[in-house]
Amino acid sequence: MTPAAIDTTILAVLAPFAAAVVAPFATKIFKHNAAWILALVPAWIFYHFAGYIGPVSHGETFTPAVEWAPSYGINLSFYIDGLSTLFALLISGIGTFIILYAGGYLNGHPQQGRFFSFLFLFMGAMLGLVTGNNLITLFIFWELTSITSFLLIGFDHLRAASRRAALQALVVTGGGGLSLLAAFILIIGATGEIEMSVLLSSPDVIKNSGLYLPIFILVLGGAFTKSAQFPFHFWLPNAMEAPTPVSAFLHSATMVKAGVYLLMRMHPLLGDTELWTTVLPIFGGVTLLVGTILAVRQTDLKLMLAYTTVASLGLLVMLVGTSWEKALEGAVLYLLAHSLFKGALFMVAGIIDHETGTRDVTKLGGLRGAMPITFAAACLAALSMSGLPPFIGFIAKEVLYEGTWEMGAGSLLVTGTAVLGNSLMLVIAAAVAIKPFFGPAVETPKHAHEGPVLLFAGPLVLSLAGFAAAFFAHQTGELFIGPMLSSLTGQSAHVDLHLIPGYISAPLILSVLTVALGVVLYLQLARLRALVASVLAAIGWGPDKGFDQFVAGIVSLSAAVTRLVQGGKMQTYMMLTFGVTAAAVLVPAFLNDGLPSMPAMPDYAFYEWGILGMAFLGLIAVLVAKTRLTAIVSLGIQGFAVALIFMLFGAPDLSFTQFMVETLSVVILALVMTRLNLSPRDHRPAGAALVTGAISAGVGAGIALTLMAITQQPFDSRLSDFFTAYSRTIAHGRNIVNVIIVDFRGFDTLGEIAVVVLAGLCVLALIRVRTKPEVKVDEDASAEALAKRVEAS
Amino acid sequence: METGLSILIGLFFTVSVYLMLSKELVRMLLGIAILGNAVNLLIFTAGRLTREVPPLIPEELYTPAVQTANPLPQALVLTAIVISFSFLAFLLVLAFRAYQELGTDDANEMRVAEPADEQAPPQGY
Repeated sequence: MTPAAIDTTILAVLAPFAAAVVAPFATKIFKHNAAWILALVPAWIFYHFAGYIGPVSHGETFTPAVEWAPSYGINLSFYIDGLSTLFALLISGIGTFIILYAGGYLNGHPQQGRFFSFLFLFMGAMLGLVTGNNLITLFIFWELTSITSFLLIGFDHLRAASRRAALQALVVTGGGGLSLLAAFILIIGATGEIEMSVLLSSPDVIKNSGLYLPIFILVLGGAFTKSAQFPFHFWLPNAMEAPTPVSAFLHSATMVKAGVYLLMRMHPLLGDTELWTTVLPIFGGVTLLVGTILAVRQTDLKLMLAYTTVASLGLLVMLVGTSWEKALEGAVLYLLAHSLFKGALFMVAGIIDHETGTRDVTKLGGLRGAMPITFAAACLAALSMSGLPPFIGFIAKEVLYEGTWEMGAGSLLVTGTAVLGNSLMLVIAAAVAIKPFFGPAVETPKHAHEGPVLLFAGPLVLSLAGFAAAFFAHQTGELFIGPMLSSLTGQSAHVDLHLIPGYISAPLILSVLTVALGVVLYLQLARLRALVASVLAAIGWGPDKGFDQFVAGIVSLSAAVTRLVQGGKMQTYMMLTFGVTAAAVLVPAFLNDGLPSMPAMPDYAFYEWGILGMAFLGLIAVLVAKTRLTAIVSLGIQGFAVALIFMLFGAPDLSFTQFMVETLSVVILALVMTRLNLSPRDHRPAGAALVTGAISAGVGAGIALTLMAITQQPFDSRLSDFFTAYSRTIAHGRNIVNVIIVDFRGFDTLGEIAVVVLAGLCVLALIRVRTKPEVKVDEDASAEALAKRVEAS
Repeated sequence: METGLSILIGLFFTVSVYLMLSKELVRMLLGIAILGNAVNLLIFTAGRLTREVPPLIPEELYTPAVQTANPLPQALVLTAIVISFSFLAFLLVLAFRAYQELGTDDANEMRVAEPADEQAPPQGY
């Protein structure tokens, strides 16, 4: 596909990013009502992806693409099949109502425009993630969801809890992202393919590559952190610090499912191995139980829902881990059901919080009269969550029980876990939907009343959608579940769903068992809550606390390392620098046979020896000088000796310059040194003198040896010959050195002049700029400083 | 012929580094002054030595009649001399002003940027 003909699908995926730019301006003009306009964007995306339902259900797939960095094989390419279509529909569909909801929820918030912007950024990232075909593109969108999630969780950035939660989510999911990148690089290395669609066409290529184990582990590293599997589950409940629209959208319906999406997408490539069917059900099962048990302890509506989200993600991972077709069907159904009911319930929790001023379930009651529409939505969603007919949650539970019951090895364990988890979920659903609305009305911080249409539209539509999906079970199965299941299994799957079970079967009995167990547990909720709390108090440590210790440890460690390598002592820095210099020159020379051969005695004339000796004496005199005057004079001697050396070896220009510069240096040095002291003896104790002496001798010897080795090689005189040949003919000058400076390398000279000017300006600035004496801070101290300054000048 | 100068240059570097590794500002400055000469001699010698014949072209010719000294390192060193001088002048004044403001000529005690009792970074979020 040429860049000129960009597919509408690509525009659809990128549209939210454009909306993110527009949102703040729209919000400035229309205030919260901008939501009505902005919601058109996800609605259009939903409409666009809905167009794929028909073709995809007939087994077609699409791979629109534009070139991005073709030389690296990285393209903005997308893969539309059953799996990505359903995800895209969920993201854009729920996203539409989340935008509306955010309009009502943050009505009047000064940063509402920014909030819309972040939401759209996330939406675009999430759409790109679920439709991404190119592995690198997919990874980039994956990381974008982590980053936007960070921005959204930390939206209320003035609260420390909010900052902590945002950072925690970023560290956990971002770390998982790195693991995923490593996995993708391994996959590209092992197979030579970078497009998911190509990989999926030969599904066994990774399993046979020998790199299966590392790839498997790294992919799980990405998926488990994103989808909050135990022991990485702790960031998700903390992410409830975000405003409720974020919790409903990112942390229940979409982003946290990215890990599950990845597992589903990779299932044909990595799944159905012994490793897969062992590891995934264990992690998933543990997460399911841990999530539900922790949910029971909570009294905050959002936290209860957050822990059940953890549990649901565990259930999904467990089901995907079975690699059993019927269980996978259950997973797909449950994913759809969960997105609908959990999104709705979060929004209900948000409305309750918004309209009553609290979300503590023990402080709520009797709201059904004041908030009838919210109550209706809560009931519908909670029934679906409880897995009761006639809702999609019921069908999902029936199918997944059927799958786990029939799957053979480990069936009893998996089914048992699922039943226990589901019954606890029923408890939470009941607690969220029944407790706040029934019973006597309780005094709440705000006077409770129904929220505006912006708020209740979302939960109402989503919970009704859960009902509609079940009512039209046959179509749901054919259009959504079947195509998605085909993506998971890699072969076309036919799904036939019924709302009413045809006969009494094991799943139905299990469902009844689940409900019975759930009711019993609900009646014991208070006792259960106390029990869980006391067990947790007995353990006393959790991954959440561990994260704090980890961060504190990192900060202390980096502070210690900084103090070690940057102790603030000039001498240490200098010794390190020159020690490394000496080693860098000497070690390779010794290792690679780069030492010069034994030189012959140089044949210098007596006056040449004399000048060399003069330089030598000058140097030694500087070293041992006891007074300032000796030091300055000796420095002058070695400088003039250098000038004479230039003179001897055919460089009169250098010689003149050196004489002038050396004279000036000595003058300035003398000026400065009249103020600065030179202690008569070197301050260094014997040991330090030995070490620094060794380092200096190392540098000196290294450079001398290198120089000898270089000059023993034949000289490549091409460049010099060029200048000699063309100095007169082209540049019309007879002094070749001058010609090089002013003509051939004129720009260098310009740069040199600039350096001199700059140095002059800096000197001027240093002399002119004086700190003002501190005004009346401390009489004694400032008098002392003043005295010192007078003394110094 | 380069051997003798190579050894001398090694000595230049040794003395210069030894002085710079001192903590006294004055010695460090002396070391820096010598370092400039050391590097210039290094470049000069690496271009090979030729006795007494400067790279000049006689009036009536277009190229030199005899083998002259290598002009290229001379041009480089000429630039380097001037730059190292301006650098030295700047450092001299800088050191002097630092001494005036901080009241010490001990480099290890000049710790405005990296105070010795620097507090540990804040924990928390």
